[in-house]
Amino acid sequence: MKTWFADLWSGFYTVLVGMDITWRHLFTPKVVLQYPEQKWTLPPKSRMRLHLKYEDCIGCGQCARACPVNCISIKADKRAAGSAPIYAANGQAIKLDVKVFDIDMSLCCYCNLCTYPCPTDCIYMTPEYEFASTDIRDHLYRFAKPDAVFLTVNPKPPAPAPAPAAAAAAAAPKPTEGGAA
Amino acid sequence: MSATRPITSADTVGWRIDDIGPDEMILSMGPQHPSTHGVLRIELITDGELVRDARPHIGYLHRCFEKHCENVDYPGVIPYTDRLDYVASMGNSLGYCLAVEKLLAIEPSPYVQTIRVIMAELQRIASHCVAIGTYGMDLGAFTPFLHLLRDREKILDVFEWTCGARLLYNYNWVGGVSHDVPEGFVKACREIVSEFDQITYPELVNLLIGNKIFISRTAGVGVVSRELAISYDLTGPNLRGSGVKYDLRKDEPYSGYENYTFEVPVGEGQYGPKGSCFDRNWVRVVEMKESARIVSQALDRLEKLDKTDVREKVPKRVKPAKGEVFARSEAARGNLGYYVVADGTAVNPYRVKVKSPCFTAMSAFHHVARGVMIADIIALIGSFDVVLGEIDR
Amino acid sequence: MDALLRLFSLIPGWDQNVPAWASISLAGLLAAGLCLGFISLGPVGYVYVERKLAGFMQDRLGPMRVGPWGLLQTIADTIKLLFKEAIFPAAVNRPLFVVAPCLVVIGAFMGFAVLPFSPTWQGTDLDVGAFYVIAIGSLSTVGLIMAGWASNNKYALFGAMRSAAQIVSYEIPAVMSLIVVVMIAGSLSLQQIVAAQAGGLHNWFLWKFFPLNVIAFLVFFTATLAECNRTPFDIPEAESELVAGFHTEYSGFFFAMFFLAEYTEMFVASAMVSVLFLGGFAAPLPVLQTVAGFDIGPVWLIAKAWALVFVHMWLRWTLPRLRVDQLMHVAWKVLLPIALFLIVVIGGLLTAPATAGGFPWDPWFGWPLTALLCGYLMLTALRAWRWHARQVREAVA
Repeated sequence: MKTWFADLWSGFYTVLVGMDITWRHLFTPKVVLQYPEQKWTLPPKSRMRLHLKYEDCIGCGQCARACPVNCISIKADKRAAGSAPIYAANGQAIKLDVKVFDIDMSLCCYCNLCTYPCPTDCIYMTPEYEFASTDIRDHLYRFAKPDAVFLTVNPKPPAPAPAPAAAAAAAAPKPTEGGAA
Repeated sequence: MSATRPITSADTVGWRIDDIGPDEMILSMGPQHPSTHGVLRIELITDGELVRDARPHIGYLHRCFEKHCENVDYPGVIPYTDRLDYVASMGNSLGYCLAVEKLLAIEPSPYVQTIRVIMAELQRIASHCVAIGTYGMDLGAFTPFLHLLRDREKILDVFEWTCGARLLYNYNWVGGVSHDVPEGFVKACREIVSEFDQITYPELVNLLIGNKIFISRTAGVGVVSRELAISYDLTGPNLRGSGVKYDLRKDEPYSGYENYTFEVPVGEGQYGPKGSCFDRNWVRVVEMKESARIVSQALDRLEKLDKTDVREKVPKRVKPAKGEVFARSEAARGNLGYYVVADGTAVNPYRVKVKSPCFTAMSAFHHVARGVMIADIIALIGSFDVVLGEIDR
Repeated sequence: MDALLRLFSLIPGWDQNVPAWASISLAGLLAAGLCLGFISLGPVGYVYVERKLAGFMQDRLGPMRVGPWGLLQTIADTIKLLFKEAIFPAAVNRPLFVVAPCLVVIGAFMGFAVLPFSPTWQGTDLDVGAFYVIAIGSLSTVGLIMAGWASNNKYALFGAMRSAAQIVSYEIPAVMSLIVVVMIAGSLSLQQIVAAQAGGLHNWFLWKFFPLNVIAFLVFFTATLAECNRTPFDIPEAESELVAGFHTEYSGFFFAMFFLAEYTEMFVASAMVSVLFLGGFAAPLPVLQTVAGFDIGPVWLIAKAWALVFVHMWLRWTLPRLRVDQLMHVAWKVLLPIALFLIVVIGGLLTAPATAGGFPWDPWFGWPLTALLCGYLMLTALRAWRWHARQVREAVA
């Protein structure tokens, strides 16, 4: 009998306590963003879509090797003998003619592993996230541009030849910060 | 289910009409069911509302994780581990990194370890938020779920500012972490912790956990005895709910957990026998509080420690010598073990095997599911807090 | 209907030229049309309010996209439901499958026939009005069982069985606490029950025999909650257990009918509670009964009913749901003994001459307690709101 009354009371009372909380919440701030009108501030390093700065790509293929899901496909040939030397932004000579550089974002797992080994920091994640489409083939991004204009003058000429690669790899932490703009 | 009985088609395919009694009915719950937490299928033999027997069928979310791991290099496995228990990714990748570090004999700096602890504990709070929230939803209370998700979002925001992703982070690396903590990280974490302590926790306890209906729905339901829990190797909150004080963070400290003071909550059986659904949830609730405590201690520590490069010890090329290693850690859902075999020649692991806490929890399911009601089946699955991504892998 | 008949007789020559049966049928049809309009448009409002409430209680905004503040959301949903194909799974029992939702709607709709909106605005003043509402209310059970059986789906069957057990069980405490009111009013007619509560808030049956009738009110309210299948008693359609219970297989228009019936039932039940305990169409202050000479009884009844519907929604977004055996426990071992106790005690008190008209302190509790409740709610709301304002200030600073 005592437990009966205790149960009855606790049932009644805890319901009231719960109702009190929900009542308060009726008037507390709402946390919803009205998406297309209001947007989230994304951190500059947020990983949303891969982007390649084709002009800087030397075609080394390290990104494709690092990718755990093989969403990057690269086809590169030796540049024609005797053609003028071209350089990436960090001074590396581009020795390969990158014919195909495709990233299939429908396969990408957004792990960012491809961006770290890149010697020229030309592949990076952007905070661009509104690329949903109705056709999965739209997610295949072809970055190879036949009409790309390359740097023909080495922007950092006197640097000792083998060092930049190592330095670039060691300083790799901020490819996204740098490339976000 | 005695071991001596010969295996019949009923065991592999499902029950047939001959397997059930005259008043019984086979009810197939899932894989498309609102509250089987993903794609779990449970076959029930019911007599009216009573469940005579239950059998979980798993494998609907099998993604060949272990096979995939054999074909990608060691760092490439980490994004895959994130997808095991997608509710608590940080804990998974931490476990894997611990295993590979053990294989390579790397010891990350204390700074990195502290960051890892903060991340793992924040992730534990976030994961338990989902666990308790969805549990409330399974029992019909919708509101606590959204309140808890709101707080989880704040934790995910911190993760996003730290590593750029909200759900699948690829943050813990072999030998380090991918990014140093951003500016304002400590302040943001302190805000989360204090908000959790002052608002979320009391509201959760008052709105859901202390509710009489919640208590009567969970207390005394699905009692997993101490012996059963140990014999089925339940771990994490499921084990502690049965009253066994076992927590790898205390018993086999890793990543510097020995430096923090915290309690290991165990089920107290406030309302009925120990090891009921209520106890498992109660343990989760208290664990969130303890995690918040660890986070604030770790933040103090982080401020005192010298900043080191978080990738200082990240090897350029992970190619361990021939060997095998088993490392385990306390993930949000329990004792998560990674068994990694390296053959010494390749940059790919020869074998990665996961000992998943949800899988063992699910294996004990049919024991407790007998004789309960249909509504309790839902309460049971929720209280074990299984994530199918980790069961099926 | 009386109001309509009186309206007709205002037309010159109506009484002489139109036979009585014709004008009664016409008035009946018109009244039914009015009620039909009310119940079919009502849910549009309730659903919107419910979704908004759910949103606000969960720190969300609720529907926002269709129309300003999502006002047209339910209209869009209704249109969608009406135009959607009603799918008949191959194994359903077609006739039953179609009849079931109709029965449920009819059961909900017929309750309107005796709801007194004002002394004259009433379908018909049955002598057994209170009894009629309860009887008609259980008609929907038949519909639910039919729906569950006809669906040929195990989940639907479970839902149907649960709803049958639940509604039948909860009818009993509901009727028992109804008897308390009937004993006090001395009549089953809803008009007379309301008439007995006229004269202001302190005269409502809620405050008679304080605090006994408050308990009766809670018992009756809980029972109606269960009869409407609302949380914490929504086990027949418990979406986390039974997918959608008895309406698992329904789609399109037939599903909309179940929906309509649920919300209509909610309104009827709440209106019944307010008729029995909260004075029905009687205003809390007699001064407020008429505005510019017009009797605004209907407004009061609807306002009270909506307030109770709000409580239904409030509870739904607060509580988890009971299990089926606990549900039975609540009905048979908690509510029923209380109701029986109340019958005995209040019956005894009514026979004693000293307390036949209620306890001497009855008039002194109604207003203070109401004021206290409203004050508390407003105060907490204000505090939550002020907290919000502070947050905004801090964010700006």
